[in-house]
Amino acid sequence: MSARELVFWADAIVAVMSAFVVVLHRNAVVCALALVMHLCAIAVFFLLLDAAFLFAVQVILYAGAIMVLFLFVVMLLDPEGRGMGIRVGRVQLGLTIVGASLLLMGMARALPSAMDPSPALPEGFGGAHSVGRLLFTDYLFPFELASILLLVAMIGAIHMGRKEVER
Amino acid sequence: MIDLLLGAGLVGVLFKIALVLGVIMTVVGHVVLAERKVAGWMQDRVGPNRVGPWGMLQPLADGIKFIFKEEIVPEAAHKATYVLAPILALTAALTTFAVVPFSDRLVVLGREVAPIIADLDIGILWIFAVASLGVYGIVLAGWSSNSKYALMGGLRSSAQMISYELSMTLSVVGVLMVTGSLRLADIVSHQTAGVWNVLVQPVGFLVFLTSAFAETNRLPFDLPEAEPELVAGYHTEYSSMKFLLFYMAEYAHIVLASSLMTLLFFGGWHLPFVEGMLASFSPGIAGLVHFLIFFGKVCFFMFLYIWVRWTLPRFRYDQLMRLGWKVMLPLALANVAWTAALILWGIA
Repeated sequence: MSARELVFWADAIVAVMSAFVVVLHRNAVVCALALVMHLCAIAVFFLLLDAAFLFAVQVILYAGAIMVLFLFVVMLLDPEGRGMGIRVGRVQLGLTIVGASLLLMGMARALPSAMDPSPALPEGFGGAHSVGRLLFTDYLFPFELASILLLVAMIGAIHMGRKEVER
Repeated sequence: MIDLLLGAGLVGVLFKIALVLGVIMTVVGHVVLAERKVAGWMQDRVGPNRVGPWGMLQPLADGIKFIFKEEIVPEAAHKATYVLAPILALTAALTTFAVVPFSDRLVVLGREVAPIIADLDIGILWIFAVASLGVYGIVLAGWSSNSKYALMGGLRSSAQMISYELSMTLSVVGVLMVTGSLRLADIVSHQTAGVWNVLVQPVGFLVFLTSAFAETNRLPFDLPEAEPELVAGYHTEYSSMKFLLFYMAEYAHIVLASSLMTLLFFGGWHLPFVEGMLASFSPGIAGLVHFLIFFGKVCFFMFLYIWVRWTLPRFRYDQLMRLGWKVMLPLALANVAWTAALILWGIA
């Protein structure tokens, strides 16, 4: 087993275990932390594909920025970390079974091709230049669409969150 | 032995890591001493002068004192995260130094040695990535202590760091556009060939300087630990070595921010006029002089940090947020747009 494969399997175990903690742990803060760990493990997968740029972006945006905001909200709403204690009813159980079986079917299709730890990659895969070129050519329209969607959500959030001004 | 230590193999890398960490820790200790000395002079006092000549051994005495302090873990604290938080804070602060180059080319005992631990293509992004994980150290310390003051400090710091991280990253984008590389050594060599980036990107530098003060939780932006209102903020409940780890992390961040200002905006190890004189010396001496120039510039910025701390009063929280979102962010965005326009017209 090469060093690369060793890192791959170790990282895979960390990723799956931390994902389980996110779903199963009762303390919301611990869940958020496990999600941070999971996202970092995903970033290491990018590193194994020699995509150092994607690694850095994944850590900066997801683990470093978005998850801090998640943690911020969790800490504000539930400072003692007691968790919500949501009860599971019949509808939730049914939906869970449907969703889980759909997910498992998708995984069964995708997994055989994803087991190769060192797949063949195009030149400059995941570098700053190739990602930038893709964003500004092939994926320009979806990219702009997503940013407009985020802008709309942001304006909506500000509108709902602002205080009423008395005249 | 020497071959192994100076080589590019595992032993060589480990030796280099130990050396860099040793130097950084020593510098951190002496920045703390410098802070107390400068504070003393600014307030017409003497400052620490009992331990060693001019109090030079004070960091050692401080360290020993911290080790002998009682270790207290609050009864109601979330133990695992309470212990994890200081480790995270210092680890993140020190890991960033992996991609900081310290000199141009180093020749030691007739061998070429790279003056950097890991020469990554994405150097500057690595620093931002690891530094952004360091926020968790502070946030978790605030939450896990289970204390009102600590929680307030943790919340404040996460809000503050997120706000200023944006403008800090955007202020560097201007430099990256001019240089066309994410590697710190490339950014310096680009300035060596032309002019220092501070002349090309004055607005970018101002935004970076301000955001760096906020990111390191230093006055005038030290709201997360504002002692008159929050006791000590996020590290209120910490004692002994755990407190020392936070303290060292804060000062390691100051060393890092000073190094970044030197590398990104002030030409790194380049000094006009000296460069021509160095050409006649052997590469070993030239490398050493380059390192000293770099270190001198870093020392200046560390002094600037101390200088500002004992000169300016603390901002109010709403003033801090208003400055971040309504002044620094638009300035940084305008700087990026302006730089792009200049490059498009072929001026820069």
